[in-house]
Formats: sequence, C-alpha cells, structure tokens
Amino acid sequence: MARAWQRPSPWPHPWMGPAAWTLGLAFLAWNVVSLDVDPARVARGLGRLGTVLARAVPPDFSRTGLIASGVIESIEIATLSTVLGVLLGIPVAVLAARNVVALPVYAGGRGVVTLGRTLHELILAIIIVKAVGFGPLAGVLTLTVGAVASFAKLLAEQIETIDRGPIEAIRATGASRGAVLIYGVLPQVLPRIIGLSIYQWDVHLRHSTIIGIVGAGGIGATLYNAFARYDYDFALAILIIIVAIVLVGEGVSAAARAKVQ
Amino acid sequence: MGDTAVGARVWRRYSPAQTAARWSAELALAVVTALMLWHVGVRWEYLADAPAQVGDLLGRMLPPEWAFAGSLLHPLAQTINIATLGTAGAIVLSLPIAFFAALNTTPGRVAYALARVVIVVSRSVDTLIWALVFIIVVGPGSLAGTLAVAMRSIGFLAKLFAEGIEEIDRGQVEAVTATGASRLATLLYGIVPQVKPVFLGVSIYRWDINIRESTVLGLVGAGGIGFTLNDAILGLEWARVGLIILVVLAVVLLSEAVSALARRRVT
Amino acid sequence: MLEVSGLEKTYPTGDHALRGVSFTVEGRDAVFVIGPSGAGKSTLLRCVNRLVEPDRGVVRLDGLDVTALDTRALRAARRRMGMIFQEFNLVERLTVMENVLSGRLGYVGLWPAWRRRFPPDDVEAAYRTLARVGLEGFENKRADELSGGQRQRVGIARALVQRPQILLVDEPTSSLDPRTSETVMALITGLAAEDGIPALVNIHDVPLARAFARRIIGLAAGRIVFDGPPAMLDEPALEKIYGARLHEANA
Ligand SMILES: Nc1ncnc2c1ncn2[C@@H]1O[C@H](COP(=O)(O)OP(=O)(O)O)[C@@H](O)[C@H]1O
Ligand SMILES: [Mg+2]
Repeated sequence: MARAWQRPSPWPHPWMGPAAWTLGLAFLAWNVVSLDVDPARVARGLGRLGTVLARAVPPDFSRTGLIASGVIESIEIATLSTVLGVLLGIPVAVLAARNVVALPVYAGGRGVVTLGRTLHELILAIIIVKAVGFGPLAGVLTLTVGAVASFAKLLAEQIETIDRGPIEAIRATGASRGAVLIYGVLPQVLPRIIGLSIYQWDVHLRHSTIIGIVGAGGIGATLYNAFARYDYDFALAILIIIVAIVLVGEGVSAAARAKVQ
Repeated sequence: MGDTAVGARVWRRYSPAQTAARWSAELALAVVTALMLWHVGVRWEYLADAPAQVGDLLGRMLPPEWAFAGSLLHPLAQTINIATLGTAGAIVLSLPIAFFAALNTTPGRVAYALARVVIVVSRSVDTLIWALVFIIVVGPGSLAGTLAVAMRSIGFLAKLFAEGIEEIDRGQVEAVTATGASRLATLLYGIVPQVKPVFLGVSIYRWDINIRESTVLGLVGAGGIGFTLNDAILGLEWARVGLIILVVLAVVLLSEAVSALARRRVT
Repeated sequence: MLEVSGLEKTYPTGDHALRGVSFTVEGRDAVFVIGPSGAGKSTLLRCVNRLVEPDRGVVRLDGLDVTALDTRALRAARRRMGMIFQEFNLVERLTVMENVLSGRLGYVGLWPAWRRRFPPDDVEAAYRTLARVGLEGFENKRADELSGGQRQRVGIARALVQRPQILLVDEPTSSLDPRTSETVMALITGLAAEDGIPALVNIHDVPLARAFARRIIGLAAGRIVFDGPPAMLDEPALEKIYGARLHEANA
C-alpha cells in the first residue's frame, strides 16, 4: 500500500495559506479595476512620443551656469542638512534608545523618530516653504527634519546593541552620567555615527533633487522648470546630471564608509 | 617619557601631529559648513519668524475639516492602487533583470552589464522625477504614477533580488542537479526555495515604501491623494490640508505595520 | 570596614537572588565568596556599590550607610570602591591609558574628560599603576589588541587608580586559562595587601579560593551557609554549599 505525502503547510492552519493567496490576488484585482486610466489621453500621449523623443535628443548641456548652480545648491542642501541632522539627531537617538533612558522618555523619543520619518519630504517641504519662504534654506530645514528622525532611529538601534559591561564598569568608578556617555557609550557608537552620517549625506543628495519641485531649492527646481517649459533636451541633460551626481555621491559614500570601518 | 619639572609624566591621547590633523579636519568641516550657510543665504529674519509661521499654519490646519473625509476615499484608494500595481509590475519586470544581474546566474557579460545599467538608472532617479517623465508620455493621472513607481522600484528590487540570488548555497543546487533533474526542476527545487523568503520580504518592504511615495505623486499631477492635497493648498483650505496630512500619516503608519507583520510571516 | 546586614534582592523577573545576607569585612584581608552559579554572588557584590539596588538591608563602608545615599553621594561613595569584572569590561576601542584613567573620571570635569586632559597627578598615578600590574609601555595600545590576562590587568589598574578603600572583585579569573588565573589572582591579592585594603572576591574555583583565602564565605541560593577559614571547608561544608550530588559529580 503506497502512502501519500503532502508538503506540510507553514501556516498554523492549512486553510490559511490559500486564504492569504486569495486575499492577495483579490486585493491586486481590486487595484487593477479601480485605477483611473483615461485611454484616450494615454493614446494621444503615446502618439506624441516620437515628437517628444526627437525634441529631447540630443540632450542640451549648453546652459552650464544654470546646471552648475542647481548642482551646487543640491550639494549644499545635502551637506548642511546632514551636519545639522547629525548634531540634532545624536541627542534624539539617546532619548530613543531603550537601554539608556526611562520608559516614558523612550516612548516620547520613539514617537518623534517615527513621526519624523512618516511624512514624505515633499509634504514637509511644502509646510517649511510656507514658513521660511522659497529657496534652499527651506530645503536644508526640510531634509534636516527627516535626517534627525532617520539618523536618530538607526543610531538608537545601534545604542541598543552596545555592550553593557564597560558602561557598568565606568558607573562603578563613580563617574557622572555625562562621563559614562563619553567613555562608555560614545567609543562604542562613534564608528557607526560616522558611517551613518556619510550614508545620510548620500540619501540627502538624492532627496535634494526633488524638493525643488515645491520651491525648496536644488537641481530639482531647474528640472521642474525645464519640464514645465517643454524644454525636453535641457530636461534630459539635467536627468543625466542627476544620475551622475547620485552615482558619484554613492561612490564617495561607499569609499568613505569602507575607510572608516 | 620625559619627566616634567614636578616629576609627573605627561600623557597625550594624540601626538601633536595627530592633534593638529584632528583640529584641521574639524576646522575644515566648520569652515565648509559656514561657507555653505553663507552661500545658501540664510535670511535670519525669516528664520526667526518661522516658528510663528508654523504655529499659525498649525492653527489653521487644526482642527481638521472632518467633513471632507468622505471626499478622500477615492484619492486614497488611488494612492494604494498606484503603489500596489507599481510594485507588482516592478516585481514581474525585475525578476529576469535580477537573474541577469547576479554573477552566478547571468547568461553573459553583455546581459550583466545591461542589467546593471537598468538598475543604476532606475535607482538614481526619484519616483517623482519618473512621474514628471511619464506625465509627458501618458498624460497626468494614476497611470503615470503607477509607471513611475514601477520604474523606480525595478532597480531597487532587482538589486536586492540579485544579492539574494548571489547568496544562494551552490551545494543545494548541485545536489538537485546531481539527481538528474532538468534545468527547470533545478530552478524550482534548488534555487526558488532559497530565494523565496528574500524576494517576498524585499517586495513587501518596497510596497510599503511605495505607499509613502505615492502620497506625494499627485503634487506633480501623477494621481492619488497628493492631487487633493495640492488642490487644498492652492485653495488655501488649510483645515483640509490638516485632514489630508493626518490621513497620510495614518495610512503610511498602517502600511508600515502591515508590511512589518507580513515580513515577519515570510522569513 | 565593610558591614553588610540583612541584604535582600528579588529581581523583577522574580528571581530571589539574595535572602538576607549579613557579614562584616574587617581589617585588610581578602574575603572569598564561593558558591554555585546562580547562588547570588554577583548580585551581592553589585548591591554593595548599588549597581544593583537592594530591596532591603544595609551596606556600610567605614560607617557610611551606602544604601541611604542619594545619586550624588552614591557616586562619591563608588569612587572609594574599586570593581574588577569577570569579562574585564574594558572599553575595547579606547587605549589602555584611557581605560585606566577612566578610574579617575569621578574626579575630573566633563570637558577635561572629553579632551583627555587629566590632572598630571592622575596621569602619573596611571603610569605607576600600569607598572605595578606589569603593563609598562602598554599605555598606547588599544584594549582590543590585548590578551585576556593583559585585559584583566588593565581592569585591575583601573580599579586601583581610584585609590579605593575596598576592592569588589567578581570572578576575575573565570574568563582566563588556569595558569593566568593564578597569576592574576596573586596580583590582585598582592596589590590589595600592598595598598592595605581589603577585597571581597567572588570565585567559583574552590581550589583557587583555598590557595589564596584566609576567610571563605559560602553562598547557596541567596543565603550564607558557611563562613570560616579554608581549613574548616570540609566535605560536609562543601555539600552544604554546592549540594551533595553536584559536589560528588565534581569530585
Ligand atoms: N539582571 C538580572 N535580572 C534578573 N535576574 C537576575 C539578574 N542577574 C541575576 N539574576 C538572577 O539572580 C540569581 C543570582 O544570580 P547571580 O547573582 O548572577 O549569581 P552568581 O553570580 O552566583 O552566579 C540567579 O537566579 C540569576 O538568574
Ligand atoms: Mg556571577
């Protein structure tokens, strides 16, 4: 008598697997059905694709002044917001680390960190542009808010994994809280702080290419204007430049982090 | 160790040269920061006024205009549609690219190089910029948003998928091949079980990033709740803006929670 | 003089680690605390300098009620107690000198501590202490470059440079090989005797305790079940501390 074998289900109940799949597929189907698409508009656009491409190629790099000032502004926004974000993010990280502060403080710190990362940079930028006016300063402040939150989150996670032993030893010498931080905690997290700062800079360089869309400075503003004026060859040039700076930024960041570790 | 006049030895953590190098590095960073601040042009009177401005804005946003909530259902659904379909499309497209871009499964140099170029270009351009591009092609609306989300996600997914493929254990694949199994069978029994958790985890993670991205696509005309947000801002309807921001916050937090839960399930 | 009376500790997890421990350490001798793993040895030591807060009981150091002190005064009291750990607990990424000087952190301000500018007397004391533990010339090595025995010597130097009135030593040799264990134990007891300070030493290695102790305290399940000279530590006494079966298994 041959015995039958069936692969055991990884779910607590065998019906849960198919149910999850059905639910997922139904969700996908709903998405397809409810997505608003105007076929006529799409057809018109696709019909014009040839014209658009013809106008975009070859890219127009001739307006070097505009491109350069946009790129410099993006780099400035990325650098300044990283410096500010790290300086402000370190204390926030301490407040959001479970093993350093009391539970209510931790809850507060965690809340700040979570909220700060939830809103998209562009929404933050809109609010900050209203507050400080158009220009790169708004970009710096926008990315700083995001930086404080995401840097603090990553650093807090690092602080939560540090070795308690040395901290206990330094507390046992009668050192103050500050001295315990400087001698027990900081040396354990410093390499990570440097690595994360470089990583943040790289991320900010990417973000600095879009916040210009709502008037917060950087190369994104130049790009947005080019699109708005149907300057497709200039827009293509800026796109290529953006890919290039992001790649260079990523390379610099990777090399610098490798050196730190 | 030279003794000083009082007979106490001196200890310095860093040699004078090291100290000089550290100071100059710190100084350089400070000078660059200061120069950039100056060049960016901080208008202090604006900055000093900023807290008051933000306070004023918050005052107008709160309490939010709850009555408007009904009109948000459709744009919200669009946002989720854009993120989900964009992610789904990107998953399908990035699977072959990932196998081309993984050193241990790539069919050849050319395919590898091409796959890497696609990944790099896709990743370096933000979703919003892809949206600007697709609006030119298919017009404003959810389709442009969906295509933008897919375009940005392909590189992200293919890169991480490829890393997952490169980490597979050759031994397991060899063992299946050694049974005389076909190439397809080897893929199904030797490779898929190893990469499935990574692929699922990465895909779900990207979906939750894409929900967040999709909330702003409407600001450039690519559909979703951002479109409504833009209207409210242009119409200076701040109580509506307040409500939309609250809803966006809730949706992003919820999708993050769902994603975290689902990822724990698959790994 | 260290007086401990009626010490009790239950951890939030429900572990009843100390169930009324009282003893006195007079004079300058090292007192060795033995007992099986989980008996409460580490908890006892940590209650003395309140790294662990005892639930009940009193700890007096030279008449000062340590258990009644507020945070500030407690820090001042901790400066008078040097602690040595099983896992050394050095800050791995700092140099030997920084680790030793951290024993003086209670006496310098935050800014000099940050700039690594310790008073010349402290630096001189650190150099001398390094020489005493046999690490002359090691000051600029990083702690993670050292062997286990060398690390524990740095740990000893950090405790001694506090100029403490007592040493609290928690299984100082459990992470070391047998030969190094003996040297390190000899170093600790020798230096404590030189400085004329008593030491409270946790240890689970009974032969090592016998070799160095004048007085042994046996701890079992949070209670003192033996207190006397090594000569009195006979079979029945060991059975009381370690339990009959475990002890036979070891023999
Ligand atoms: N931080 C802690 N939290 C909860 N329980 C603990 C903690 N430290 C020790 N214990 C418990 O207290 C008891 C005594 O532990 P310990 O003092 O470390 O004993 P010993 O040092 O003799 O091995 C054990 O049951 C242990 O599990
Ligand atoms: Mg112990």
